[in-house]
Parts: sequence; structure tokens; C-alpha cells
Amino acid sequence: MKARVVVTLKNGVLDPQGKAIEGALKSLGVAGVDSVRQGKVFDVEVTGADAASAKAQLTAACEKLLANTVIENYQIDI
Amino acid sequence: MKAAVIVFPGSNREGDMARALEQATGKKPAMLWHADHELPAGTDLVVLPGGFSYGDYLRCGAIAGRAAIMDAVRAHAARGGLVLGVCNGFQILCESGLLPGVLMRNANLRFVCKMQHLRVERSDTAFTRQYAKGQVIEVCIAHGEGNYEADDATIERIEGEGLVAFRYCDAAGVIGGAANPNGSRNDIAGVYSEKRNVLGLMPHPENLIDPLVGGIDGRALFASLASAA
Repeated sequence: MKARVVVTLKNGVLDPQGKAIEGALKSLGVAGVDSVRQGKVFDVEVTGADAASAKAQLTAACEKLLANTVIENYQIDI
Repeated sequence: MKAAVIVFPGSNREGDMARALEQATGKKPAMLWHADHELPAGTDLVVLPGGFSYGDYLRCGAIAGRAAIMDAVRAHAARGGLVLGVCNGFQILCESGLLPGVLMRNANLRFVCKMQHLRVERSDTAFTRQYAKGQVIEVCIAHGEGNYEADDATIERIEGEGLVAFRYCDAAGVIGGAANPNGSRNDIAGVYSEKRNVLGLMPHPENLIDPLVGGIDGRALFASLASAA
């Protein structure tokens, strides 16, 4: 089963890399970009009986390693 | 004082750390590999050195924070044993849950490598008893992700409980502004655990133990540890 986990910084956490990318887009003349936040994407192959159990496994993966929940949120799509 | 230094794939300051410990204690520390499961019997101090454990993949210190040996380090800390993490070691302590907060990318996005003044916030811990409270020391920093962050409640708690170990400052001991090299909240350079037996800091005291390299302000930290156990 294929799944995608997206990890993003929580609102209010300073994202200097996102800010730098935002500045670069502006200097390239890309119009209409108000702000940029950078995150991480994990494409994961999971063995699970059903989507619910796969999601439970991936939640454990996020809580244990993939996300630092002090500063990051995660979203799981199966 | 029996010390053990944990070496992770990508650690690179373990040699400097071993020299500093040997100078202070007269004994070579045990060097342990990350895949080990136990600390040598009678270990008083565990040190996580600087470097780039696991290539800093995922997040700095994230993978090292879950390495096999870290269960033994957590048990050692829970028993009241001393743990010191410097630079990447500080990142590992935060990622492993032994210290609160997280080290983010420096606010100015630059890797900083320079001499830096620090203010010693308290001198009644196993790590700092040979410094004076409020003393300004000069050590070096070398990091790209040393911007200490935590949520407001955590910052309030660690400030209230006196868990800030060192703050970045200028030569006169004044904090704030350009004296902060990385954007850290409240100019925090180092943090203690609740029982003050675990210390993480971004600067490298182990590199300032010999006048040949420009200063010896790091010696007192190791001398404090040597006299603590």
C-alpha cells in the first residue's frame, strides 16, 4: 500500500529556509507569492491489512521519528 | 570520575572531547559505539560529542536520538547520572527527549564558526562549579542549526526553574542583539534537565583547553565534572 506523509512546521515557528525561498521567488519576478513554508514529503510503502491499520503504523512512525512534534505537524494520506 | 564518550557514524569531535576529559580527570574515557547497548559499569558521565551524526539526515540528531545506546543513556540520566551533549550532542539530547526544545536552522541561514562569549548563568551545578555565577567566558561555536526554540510554556518553565545554563553575550556580558549568533530564544546557548544532571550546549568548551588554540575558558567545565564524581 502506498502512502504519503507530509511534515510541516507548525504555524508561528520561524522558517528561515522558507523565508529564503520566498525571497528568491520574489527576486526571480514570480508574482503573487505571499509567503513560503518549507516542509518534507515521505513516500512510504506500507504492509497493512487495511488503510486504518496502515495509518496507525504511520502515526507511530511520525510520533517516533518522522516528525518532531515540538515544532512540526504531520499529515498522512493513504 | 569515569567517563564514556558515545561515537555515532558522523561524529567528529570525539577526539577533542576525549582529550579534554583526560586532561581534567587523568583518565582516558571509554569510547562507545552507537550500536552498543550498555554503558561500562560504574560510568559517572556520558558525553555525546559534536559532529554530524547520521549525516544530519531527517533532522539534526533525530536518528542518533533513537540509536540503541540511547536507552542506556536515558536510564543513566534517570538514575541521576551525568550527561553532557555538545553541539550535535545537544541536538541529540533534544531529539531523544532528555532535554526540552529543539535546535533550528540559524535565523540568518549561515553556518557560524567563530569565537563567542557566554555568560555562565549558575555555578551550583556539577558542570559549572568552577566558574562564577555571571562569569563571562570565551569559547568557540561552529554550527548551522543552533537556534534554540521551544513553545512559550516550555520557555517560561525552563526560565522559571533556572534551567538555562549559558547565554550568548558580548565581551562585557551584555546579552541580546548582535551578541546572539543564531537567533536562539532568550539568547539561550545551553540548557539543563530538571534535575540539572543533563546539560546540552551548542558551543565547544572541549576546544578551549589549551593556550595553543587561543584560550582555556573551557577547562573549568571539565574540571567541575572531574570534581563532581
